[in-house]
Amino acid sequence: MERGTHRPELTAARHRLYYNALHVEDFAGKFKREDRRITGPSHSVVFKGKRVRELSADAAVSVVDVFKAYRNAGGQETPVLRDIDLDIRKGEFFSLLGPSGCGKTTLLRILAGFEQADSGAVVIGGRDMTGIPAHRRPVNTVFQSYALFPHLSVADNVAFGLKQKGIRGQDLKNRVARAIETVQIGDFGNRKPDQLSGGQRQRVALARAIVNEPEVLLLDEPLSALDLKLRKQLQVELANLQETLGITFIFVTHDQEEALVMSDRIAVMNRGRIEQLGRAEDLYERPRTAFVANFLGSSNLIPGRIREVTPEGALVQTDFGPLRTTQHAGLMPGQEVTLSIRPEKLRMERDDETEGNEVRARVDDIVYTGAENQYLLEAHGQRLVAFQLNADIGADEDFDYDEEVALYLPPASLVVLEEG
Amino acid sequence: MNRRTHPALTVWAWLTYAFLYLPILVLIVFSFNESKFGANWTGFTTHWYSVLFARQDVREAVSHTLEVAVLSTLVSTVLGTLVGFGLWRGGFRGRVPLTFLLVMPIVIPDVVMGVMLLMFYAIVRGLLERTGWTFENGFWTVMLAHVSFQISYVALTVRSRLAGYGRELEEAAADLGATPVQSFLQVVLPLALPGVLGGALLAFTLSLDDFVVTYFTSGSGFRTLPVLIYTAVKKGVTPDINALSTLLVLFTVVMIVLANLLSRPRKEQV
Repeated sequence: MERGTHRPELTAARHRLYYNALHVEDFAGKFKREDRRITGPSHSVVFKGKRVRELSADAAVSVVDVFKAYRNAGGQETPVLRDIDLDIRKGEFFSLLGPSGCGKTTLLRILAGFEQADSGAVVIGGRDMTGIPAHRRPVNTVFQSYALFPHLSVADNVAFGLKQKGIRGQDLKNRVARAIETVQIGDFGNRKPDQLSGGQRQRVALARAIVNEPEVLLLDEPLSALDLKLRKQLQVELANLQETLGITFIFVTHDQEEALVMSDRIAVMNRGRIEQLGRAEDLYERPRTAFVANFLGSSNLIPGRIREVTPEGALVQTDFGPLRTTQHAGLMPGQEVTLSIRPEKLRMERDDETEGNEVRARVDDIVYTGAENQYLLEAHGQRLVAFQLNADIGADEDFDYDEEVALYLPPASLVVLEEG
Repeated sequence: MNRRTHPALTVWAWLTYAFLYLPILVLIVFSFNESKFGANWTGFTTHWYSVLFARQDVREAVSHTLEVAVLSTLVSTVLGTLVGFGLWRGGFRGRVPLTFLLVMPIVIPDVVMGVMLLMFYAIVRGLLERTGWTFENGFWTVMLAHVSFQISYVALTVRSRLAGYGRELEEAAADLGATPVQSFLQVVLPLALPGVLGGALLAFTLSLDDFVVTYFTSGSGFRTLPVLIYTAVKKGVTPDINALSTLLVLFTVVMIVLANLLSRPRKEQV
């Protein structure tokens, strides 16, 4: 395998998933055995990382040209969602990823029915949701603050939705007990929410939502209030639960790793727009804009002008000299472009080979993070960042301060960004 | 850190309490005084309490007071709770001016309130003249006058009780299929209940104790306890009135303590 395709962030995340899978195997398995009504597609209960799944062609949720603006006291309009158009497929784990204020939570609230779009439509399960209030929508929400009812016990919180539907007696009891078992809070049924820890409350919020077997589960940054370790564990549990239940999940987060690890597809949002939508790999390997390139992981951005385009790729004139990329579709000679390359795809070398696509650089600073060394490099007055895996930091791959190195930029890893 | 209070401050605090409570203590003590007149202590007796209960006008005033208090409290608790809920919920223009308007009946001097209501009833009576229907000042005018200031207290108590809860509780209820009415009855009301009860007790107490507004709106034939005490005292302070006042004070204290216990801010959630 070419070293350039290595992605330390993703690999590290996946290792943790396999590790954590040991804890959750039992949890997902128990649910499957006991409940024949809610059964997802048949598969092993061990978390499978992000192996590609067959997604249904049917849309669970369609968002059509949704526009939403807030008016301030002076009557001034601030658009928060502009022309959002997307299809979320049945059984999909779909993430809305973006920085705070990008509109992701507003979009989720429009799906839940807490807010109305100014124009456009939302279709859930084939039905137009325009004018349908929150309490009649086939969705349930896990709130960022959990919003547990403080006067009700855990069991009564979980039973709340079923009671509204008129479910009573033994059926109610069984379903509540099963949901509480599923999220592993069986011992806490009689407690009040304020007697629980953050992680336990999160589980109650989840149980309270899934017990209703909604068509779509909306999750508004449900893990953001938890500490890192618990968050990692619950990421796995959530992903497993989603596979087991087969419910469509729409997951709002600002944590790129969370989105990469859990989602089938991700929509990266910025300033009310969807910047890019696709599978995790697509977004990471082929970011379309500088925003995506830097919001998902980090990137070196190199401005340049296209010199020539051939069927094998394009040659781009930059401050570092001509750089070759394998991309060529839609490019024209003379066009101003920005090239993006991930820090872990830069190859640092001592000896000058003459395969081209090389930049002379000086090591300015070194950050040791354990799993990798991060080199801050200076080349022609510009900053470049390169990551070297710890495994490679050995006798001759260890670079020193102020050392002159040759940086190799593999043409396949140089992505041409859309300007704008 | 040295958190010990300076002795002078302690003395000052006790003086303040003495200033506040000595008159009440004197009142209570002298309601048990054998002597019919003045400030000489001649011996202990509960005689004045039996005299009190034998008086027909006192019995009548007690029943008037309780009738007004109970009905006005019921009305103002229902209305005030809805106002408090609305203020907590927000989402409409004019929330700030409305809150301000709610505080008005609390800060307006009672006398002004009394004069205002007296005039208001007179105007309404004038307007009703043509219809041939009229009313006398009495139970209903007093009861409605009490409601007009009680609402504020109930609304503010309910609002402050709900203040710690986020609006997403209502959203969560709706999300789980509850209609707005179900959400109010199953989520908001149970959470607000201590505030509702506390506000109701406060309103009840205010109605029991009110003199000024009642005096202006009660007309001639209708007397509540505070009005009775006032008219009695005009003829001179007698021990049975001391006894009546003592009972009123004790009853009020019990009510206030209960109201405080109920509307205490809820424990901070982690």
